[in-house]
This record gives sequence, structure tokens and C-alpha cells, in this order.
Amino acid sequence: MTTSPQAQTGKPSLWARHKIFETNSILLILGILIVVSIGGLVEIAPLFYLRSTIEKVEGMRPYTPLELAGRAIYVREGCYNCHSQMIRPLRDEIERYGHFSLAAESMYDKPFQWGSKRTGPDLARVGGKYSDAWQLQHLNAPRSLVPQSIMPGYPFLATTELDVNRIAQEMRVNRMSGVPYTDEMIANAVSDLRAQVDPDHPQADAFQKRYPKAASRDFDGNPQRITEADAMIAYLQMLGTLVDFKQYDNKANLR
Amino acid sequence: MTNPNPTAHEPDFDAVTGQSTTGHSWDGIRELNTPLPRWWLWTFYVTILWSIGYWLVYPAWPLISSHTTGFFGYSSRAELTQEMQALEQRRDIQAAGLKTASLEEIKSSPDLSRVALARGKASFAENCVGCHGQGGTGAPSYPNLTDDDWVWGGSLKDIQTTIQNGIRWTQNADTRMGEMLAFGRQGMLKKDEIEQVVDFVRSLAKLDTAKGANLAAGKTVYDANCAACHGEAGKGNREVGAPDLTDAIWLYGSSREAMIESVHNGRAGIMPAWASRLDPVTIKALTVYVHSLGGGQ
Repeated sequence: MTTSPQAQTGKPSLWARHKIFETNSILLILGILIVVSIGGLVEIAPLFYLRSTIEKVEGMRPYTPLELAGRAIYVREGCYNCHSQMIRPLRDEIERYGHFSLAAESMYDKPFQWGSKRTGPDLARVGGKYSDAWQLQHLNAPRSLVPQSIMPGYPFLATTELDVNRIAQEMRVNRMSGVPYTDEMIANAVSDLRAQVDPDHPQADAFQKRYPKAASRDFDGNPQRITEADAMIAYLQMLGTLVDFKQYDNKANLR
Repeated sequence: MTNPNPTAHEPDFDAVTGQSTTGHSWDGIRELNTPLPRWWLWTFYVTILWSIGYWLVYPAWPLISSHTTGFFGYSSRAELTQEMQALEQRRDIQAAGLKTASLEEIKSSPDLSRVALARGKASFAENCVGCHGQGGTGAPSYPNLTDDDWVWGGSLKDIQTTIQNGIRWTQNADTRMGEMLAFGRQGMLKKDEIEQVVDFVRSLAKLDTAKGANLAAGKTVYDANCAACHGEAGKGNREVGAPDLTDAIWLYGSSREAMIESVHNGRAGIMPAWASRLDPVTIKALTVYVHSLGGGQ
């Protein structure tokens, strides 16, 4: 006594062929895998070989051990939850923050800190915008400098000794994911870290040679100790300063 | 009109809704095979067609060494370049003279100064308020820009030099340098000498001094150590950024403790150089704006 249309015509129409997927879960999974793989390959694979997606810039270098330690604190404290590091190629952003961010500028970020939320301002070019003393006071008590700020204070950074023993391991992990740290850099990680906060350190010249143009000074105003604030401020003061934009050709990099 | 055997897993017709069923049945409840609404399905097909149009118009498909660029060769960065050029043109229409006019000419021309003040105010709000505060009233160790007590000079030229090259900003070769030595920490003055000289300086500024303070001894210490920069009379020297010690304005606080700390540890406030971040016209506009805040000389 069935009166279904399919039963009447005997053969399912083209529009009903998907039934085979809907009634066989294994087949459905296979179908999904194939379609998603094609989509993924088409979207991702070309980024590794297309000339227009690989930007050649002057000045990028792997982060120094101190900057890398600062970056780890940045991630640990969840700074990315409120701060982006991505200046988009839009007029208003350039007027406010400076040259738009280049993909190459986050080539040694594992993972990148572009972020997607700006409760606070973008930090992609915060390096050199304020003095070290300002950064320290602002991390300790943001509202003492910016009364309307809703940023929490991080006063413990300046009182917490930086754990320097992890840094070589962290550099090794970064190397595994593609950052070109050399054996020499990893072997000298701790002395390089100490040399960056002390320009009179015996290793200071070797450090400058390994990380050209890296800023070397006592960042937190306390030469007796290497604190987490030292690392954090070294990282912040480096942000956005590596690429030499005098060498960057905007016209050749239209996309 | 129901299937007498609901577990038979065969499509059936449901008379109430006029739809067939899938044949699935759970505890005698059968699943309707209701087709997708026509409007939804057609919207879906239209989005597929739309995507084809999108591929043709915008950069889309990767090729071997490049990618399809679309009919109009759209590029977000080219669009940005155009927008920045348009902005530059609009600014030229407003006040092209800002590029060539001297600071004094901008200041004296109502048309130029109106635009310069607006641009300076906008740039100040983004770049300067972090230290100097909204409206330029400063904070402890960050100078107030609305008074006429200038550490490094308050003329248009002085303000421009400070903004361009910063203060003790060593990445800039022309930065302003001057050092308040750490007289205590570096062992140049003993603890009681520091207290004496602080009391003497407090007497210059008409601040209260400690009971029984030896001002004569303080003056001797002052003449030997401080007068070279701050002057015999304590009026300061803007060439080296030594502040006036006779007025009521104290960058690091006027408490006795703050002053003792200044002499013991020295002070060396740092201001970034903006020549590497801002274009020359913006720096001119900022100069005129800061000069107009109330203390310009």
C-alpha cells in the first residue's frame, strides 16, 4: 500500500542520489575527508610555493633568548587576549600604528600572536614607542600612567626572577618548528641572555654578533637581578623594529 | 494509511503531512523525509553561482607560479596606496603650506595653524598621552607641557628638536643628552652631605627644611657639585636639561625623600625620538600643538 514517489518511479532521481551518503556513515566520512582534503590542499599548499605569498624582507632575525623568554611570558599571561599584533593594510590603522604588518614579521613566531581582539591597542609596532621605565611602570600599575586603562597590573613580573634554565630547551623546540637557531646559539643561550641585560658582560660582543642590532641594556632598571620584567620589556621594545622599511618596496609587493 | 508493519524499514506515506517517511522507525515513531524548503535550496544554489562570479572578479585560484588575478586586477595594497594618496591630496587642499612653512609661519598664519593644531592634537592623543597625559598635564617623572617650566626649552625650535630626536634616546645620534649623576650611589657625596645639599636646595625653592639644617654646608656642597649644571642661583640650564630648582615645579616630587633619592641615584628620564616613527609634517603639527598648550615660549 505504499505511495512514495520513489516507489512509483522505481529509479531515484538525480536529486535523491545523496541518499547513499546519508544512509552509510562510513561512506559519508570518506566523502567528507576527500572534499575537505581538496579544499585544504587548494587553500594551504600554494602558500608554500607562490612567490607572492613569500615576502623577502631585510632585517628579520630569530628572537634573542631574552626576547624569546619575554615572548613566552607574553603568551603565559594571555596578552593576546586583549592585544593584537597585526596592523592591517587599512588607512586608519596605518595612521595610528605605522606601516602595515608583513607576513615575514611573524616568521619566527611559533605560534604567531596576530590575535583577533583589541581591548587594548595593537602592539605590532610598540617597540620604541615608550621608554623602558614607562613600560615597567605601566606593567606594574597601568592606571598610574593611563587613567582610563582597564588593563590589569602585572607587578609580579618585576619581582620574579626569570627562569633562565628553560631557555635553551625552548630554543630547541623553536628550532624543531623551523626557527633557524644554530647549535652555537643554543649552546650560548644563557650567556647571551645575561649579556643582553648587561652591556659590560664579557660575552656582549659575541651576543651582538649572533643577534645583530639587538638592543642590550638593563631593561627593568634593576641591574642586580634578571627578572621577568627584563624579558617582557626586551620583547616589547623589539616588536615591529626588526624589518628595515627603508629597504622594503611597497610597489613590488602589491597583492 | 499506515504500514501495518512499522519495523519493515521501507519508505511509507504519511497521510497527515502528505510526506513520505524515511523508513526509519523507533518505538513505532517514524521519521518523516521532509524535503528542504525550496527557497532555502535555491538560495544555496545562488551562493554557488555567486562564488563563481567572485572567482572571476577577485584574485582566487592558485596556479603553478602565481594566481588568478581577477578581471580588474584587484589588490588590497594597491587600494591602500590609493587611499593614502587621496588622504595626502585632501591634506594638501587643507594646508599644503604645512610642508614648506617654517614653524613661526605656521604659528602666525590662522589658516595653517588651525590645521596644524587639529593634526597635532590627533597625533598627540595617540603618541604622547601615554606619558604626558590627556591634555599634556604630565605625571610624576613625565613633564607637564602646559606650564612654562621647560627642562629642554619651550621655543618652537626646542620643542621640535625634542620631539624629533628624543631625550637620551641613544638610537638617535642627535638626541638630547644630559646626566644627573648618582652622587650617592657612585660615592661622590656622603649621606649627610646629600641631606645638607637637599636642605639647601629646598631653601632655594622656599620649601620647608629639616630642623637645624646646616644651609651653609649645603651651599658648599651645592657650589662644588650642582652649580655646574643647575647654575649658581639654581635657575637651571636648558642646554643640558638641568631643571630650575627655585620654582615650585618638581618633576620627581617635592618631598624631601624624593629629592634625596634624586641626588642619591640620579635621574635620567627618557623620551623616544619620533623622527623615525612620524613624518616631518606631523612633527611640525605636534610642535605647534604642544607650543600652544599654554607654556610655549
